[in-house]
Amino acid sequence: MEKISAIASLSQLNRQLGYKLLVIVAMALAFAYGLVPLYDVLCRVTGLNGKTENVAVSAQSRVDATRWVEVSFTSNVMPGLAWSFHPVQSSIRVHPGKIETVTFIARNMANETVAGQAVPSVSPGKASEYFKKIECFCFQRQDLKAGESREMPLRFYVSPDIPDDVKALTLSYAFYSAIK
Amino acid sequence: MSYSTTVDHEEHHDHPSGMLRWLTTTNHKDIGTMYLTFSLIMFMVGGAMIMAVRAELFQPGLQLMHPEFYNQLIGVHALVMIFAALMPAATGFANWMLPLQIGAPDMALPRLNNWGFWLLPPAAILLTLPFTLALFGIGDGAIATGWTFYAPLSVQGGIGVDFAIFAVHLLGISSVMGSINIIVTIFNMRAPGMTLMKLPLFAWGWLITAFLLIATIPVLAGAVTMLLTDRHFGTHFFDAAGGGDPILFQHLFWFFGHPEVYILLLPVWGFIPQILSTFARKPIYGYKAQVYSLCAIGVLSVVVWAHHFFTAGMPVPALLYFMYSTMAISLPLAVLFYCWIATIWRGSMTFETPMLFAIGWIILFGIGGLTGLVLADVAADAQYHHTYFVVAHFHYTLFAGGIMGIMAGVYYWLPKMTGHMYNEKLGKLHFWLTAISFNLTFIPQFFLGLAGMPRRIPDYALQFSEFNMISSIAAFTLGLTQLLFVYNIVSCVRGGKKATDKVWEGSNGLEWTLPSPPPYHTFNEQPVIR
Repeated sequence: MEKISAIASLSQLNRQLGYKLLVIVAMALAFAYGLVPLYDVLCRVTGLNGKTENVAVSAQSRVDATRWVEVSFTSNVMPGLAWSFHPVQSSIRVHPGKIETVTFIARNMANETVAGQAVPSVSPGKASEYFKKIECFCFQRQDLKAGESREMPLRFYVSPDIPDDVKALTLSYAFYSAIK
Repeated sequence: MSYSTTVDHEEHHDHPSGMLRWLTTTNHKDIGTMYLTFSLIMFMVGGAMIMAVRAELFQPGLQLMHPEFYNQLIGVHALVMIFAALMPAATGFANWMLPLQIGAPDMALPRLNNWGFWLLPPAAILLTLPFTLALFGIGDGAIATGWTFYAPLSVQGGIGVDFAIFAVHLLGISSVMGSINIIVTIFNMRAPGMTLMKLPLFAWGWLITAFLLIATIPVLAGAVTMLLTDRHFGTHFFDAAGGGDPILFQHLFWFFGHPEVYILLLPVWGFIPQILSTFARKPIYGYKAQVYSLCAIGVLSVVVWAHHFFTAGMPVPALLYFMYSTMAISLPLAVLFYCWIATIWRGSMTFETPMLFAIGWIILFGIGGLTGLVLADVAADAQYHHTYFVVAHFHYTLFAGGIMGIMAGVYYWLPKMTGHMYNEKLGKLHFWLTAISFNLTFIPQFFLGLAGMPRRIPDYALQFSEFNMISSIAAFTLGLTQLLFVYNIVSCVRGGKKATDKVWEGSNGLEWTLPSPPPYHTFNEQPVIR
């Protein structure tokens, strides 16, 4: 009798520990999903992956005329979007703090209206937080009618706080088919 | 340590016979046997796949298969070997030997145990079914992304990716259940007097593995579930257009993937010292140091994952952190190597097959570890990344360090499990052929990698022809040699010289106090450890 109750209590203990371990499993699963926003925040804070704040900032007046920064532009159209898309000028030399405007041209080669969304990325990553956009076509999705071509402006400045050793940076745009 | 043991006579239970016995069994020995059998079958299946790959790589150019099919073969080979061959083999040993080693009557959660095993065959079918479906014109074959499922390729892939995702779910659930069972068994079912610091090292290795599994498998499950919803349900976890990030997948995957490497190896690091001690007729050297090293490696393994994608782009401080933390793992590992060598140092060694495999394992796994240090160097990795150097490196760790370790364990415990001695001559032949052909397969691949041959490509530049041919011939030898292994196991199960209870002269531990083969139920009266 005593042995039977000992076995019963042991199997109860076993089950209890099993459930406790299951909590660790649930926490690990939650951690996996938690990593998604965490990673996003980390990238924005550190400029990892060249992620930039995709919101408009207001202009500021301090211009550092003693320095030049070379800003290059590259463009990509991702699979599934029948557009052509390229910058009008491939690079520009700017003084940090001075507001510049450059133009990109996109043309819809499909015979229907298509929406695209541009996703920016700055390289080197550590320069990304100093690249400030005042106005950008990437802030919202762009609808292009069949065959329509559009000049899309980008107004930006490079923050004067940018470290001295950054002499050049590249802004890359990837145009994706916009999510419906 | 001295033991007082009571061995029960076979209890005459009514348990179903035939297939129903295996479907419904909750006996740890039955389930262990099923795990080991399943593992052996899948080892041969995964091996056959890579034989086809080596046949394609025998010569430059495309002779035998389309590149798409090649990609499917390499990816499924890896998934099968990791999840369906190595992990079940380790779990099979845990089922068989843990209760015997710690003096428990069975695993703590027997029904969970049965379920854990029976999820594996459906998972294996899910993994390989797309090959067959493609023959009937359904879908375009199995997963073709490599075993890493990298987005965006895996988001764009065919139905093979979905099959692989569900297979990973099943395999993950199975390993989590197995791990919970092992932890509960070790914590609650130890014989009276067996404190944690008296646990056999195999139990220690598995305890850490089990904790790593329950902490990291859910992350993989989460990552592939995100992939699934990205593919079919309109989420954008890994799609930059929707605000996601494909690099995030690499982080999630390797947060699981790197600990996985140690999950595969820690059980082996656990029982190899027992084999070394048996055949050197000396106690295990530095038991405590080994336990602490195993723990340290377990902890370090979860914080070094990004060294798998140094070249994906990372800030310099992150590169440095991941480089140094990765290299730091070599310190506890060096302690382990020291202890293994010190265990056999000046011992009265004999070289039965398990000992041959164990010693070969130390040397070959050592090469795997050292080449890993090379890859951990950020500057060097920029050249070696995604080349055959990496392929050779992880086969030294996972084939030599994993599979050959498992083989040592099979030869070591097979007489205990079956009650028969295996054919020693055949065993030794198997070792020498395996060791030689393994080295001839992968040493050329180190040099191919150094010379710049990329992995996962079915064709290569002409200057790589000779080394690939050598590698292929050796790989075929390695593959055929494993038939000896299967034959030796099967004939040992069927009969052979009767094994004594102790089996080996120098064997030491609770499992060797039981008859060979042990009765269906053991340690119903737990032994007392003094």
